[in-house]
Amino acid sequence: MSSTASTDDRRPTTHTPAGLIAFAWTLVGVPLAYGLFQTVKTAAKLFTG
Amino acid sequence: MSHPVAPNRLAVVRSVRTSYVAVPSFLARERIIAKPGFNRWLIPPAALAVHLCIGQAYATSVYKTALVNHFDTSLTAIGIIFSIAIVMLGLSAAVFGTWVDRNGPRAAMFTAAVFWVSGFLVGALGIYTRQLWLLYLGYGVLGGIGLGIGYISPVSTLIKWFPDRPGLATGMAIMGFGGGALVASPLSRQLMSYYDADYDPSVADSVPAGSAVGALFLTLAALYLVFMMFGAFLVRVPAADWRPKGFDPLTVKQKALVTTENVSANNAIKTPQFWLLWTVLFCNVTAGIGILEQASPMIQDFFRTGEGSLVAASAAAGFVGVLSLFNMGGRFVWSSTSDFIGRKPMYMIYLGVGILLYIVLATLGSTATWIFVLTAALIISFYGGGFSTVPAYLRDLFGTFQVGAIHGRLLTAWSAAGVAGPLIINGVLDARGTPGQLVAGDYRPALFIMVGPLAVGFVANLLIKPVDAKWHESEDAVEQFTHENPTQERSAAR
Repeated sequence: MSSTASTDDRRPTTHTPAGLIAFAWTLVGVPLAYGLFQTVKTAAKLFTG
Repeated sequence: MSHPVAPNRLAVVRSVRTSYVAVPSFLARERIIAKPGFNRWLIPPAALAVHLCIGQAYATSVYKTALVNHFDTSLTAIGIIFSIAIVMLGLSAAVFGTWVDRNGPRAAMFTAAVFWVSGFLVGALGIYTRQLWLLYLGYGVLGGIGLGIGYISPVSTLIKWFPDRPGLATGMAIMGFGGGALVASPLSRQLMSYYDADYDPSVADSVPAGSAVGALFLTLAALYLVFMMFGAFLVRVPAADWRPKGFDPLTVKQKALVTTENVSANNAIKTPQFWLLWTVLFCNVTAGIGILEQASPMIQDFFRTGEGSLVAASAAAGFVGVLSLFNMGGRFVWSSTSDFIGRKPMYMIYLGVGILLYIVLATLGSTATWIFVLTAALIISFYGGGFSTVPAYLRDLFGTFQVGAIHGRLLTAWSAAGVAGPLIINGVLDARGTPGQLVAGDYRPALFIMVGPLAVGFVANLLIKPVDAKWHESEDAVEQFTHENPTQERSAAR
């Protein structure tokens, strides 16, 4: 999603590499996925005894 | 934009100036103003990097028994560590909130990381030297300060980057706080089994050695330092005139209760809206925390038949897992929903439907496990949603100017509810019988009592109206506070 708009176009612009965004989301996503997986495994015991 | 003249405008500017405390230039707000073209989707992972770490605070139960054995003390003496941390969370968020808003998210996240990690290091020293007071000072006081600053630091930044979806933005960050416990609990068990070969996390009564907890603290300190610093150096603030493409601030002003004006933190606490919202948060948290505290024994007691329970201990642990998932999911789903239906209707659901759910739990909860689990899970999802929706509600009422500082002061409601909720439920259960022999009927008085706070919160929410214009700040005061003016932005942006 393109997300920037500014009223002052004299300022230097930047470009955020898609790879950086993917890296940042992966870095927080991997531990979160690990935690979710482990918790779902524990939660499953409610239904399996 | 025109502003009604605040009666104490000069005093506001002066008080704002006197609260200035310098930070090293590499942490300064002016250094992290984003250039045009910066992609705002880098900000949520920066916020999550902090909240995933400090969410560990909800995973302290995994080493509680180990610390009791190591220090040869009571469960209460160890439980105080967590209580100190939560009290310090509320106090530090309230005291340092203005400093966080002034100096920006990088300085705040950096500071939070230093305190949070120092807490683990001093705590580890306390474990190795068997000095419990060092654990109180480390994890409790230092860690608690890190918790408070870290909790509020990314919130106002996300609100500024997502003016079109503030509920989604705060939901993402505060979901991370719930997620932090989901990560830290299994990770801590695995690490402690690595440091203590005799400890088996799959065996219910296996307890790790104190030295394993010390090594865990050192490991977590290193991991959290890396993660939180990653967040601190990734985060940026938008330029003052930045808007998302296609976003017109005037469209949000058309919604009831949403302002484009700004109110300072010092003035916000003088308004009835702040205290009504404080009451709303206090009541919502008090009701939810009662179930969270008792989750595991509660489901076994509800289905007790004579000596035993139809729900095994492993299934009860699964129930706690289900609640954790709904606690985290509710923070994201309900807060995002509030962007569409509005903050006030969202809290009417949390509190109004919450009342009905508590009544169902008290009257029908023991008839079938699926009714019990579904009802409790929904209640906990509302508990989580209440946390993540409140910063967006504050932004609607008071603007973005010092929303972090106002949020920090509001979090004292969490600290107060953290005391009140367990007091109510434990007080009732203590009067009804002995733990391990309680049945569903013993919980009914506590559940019906919780309907009271929910009703009070429901009424408080209904009474919230737009903030009086006399509290609105001038543009001068806002610019003086943030040091954001076009000249600085052009020269310092990077």
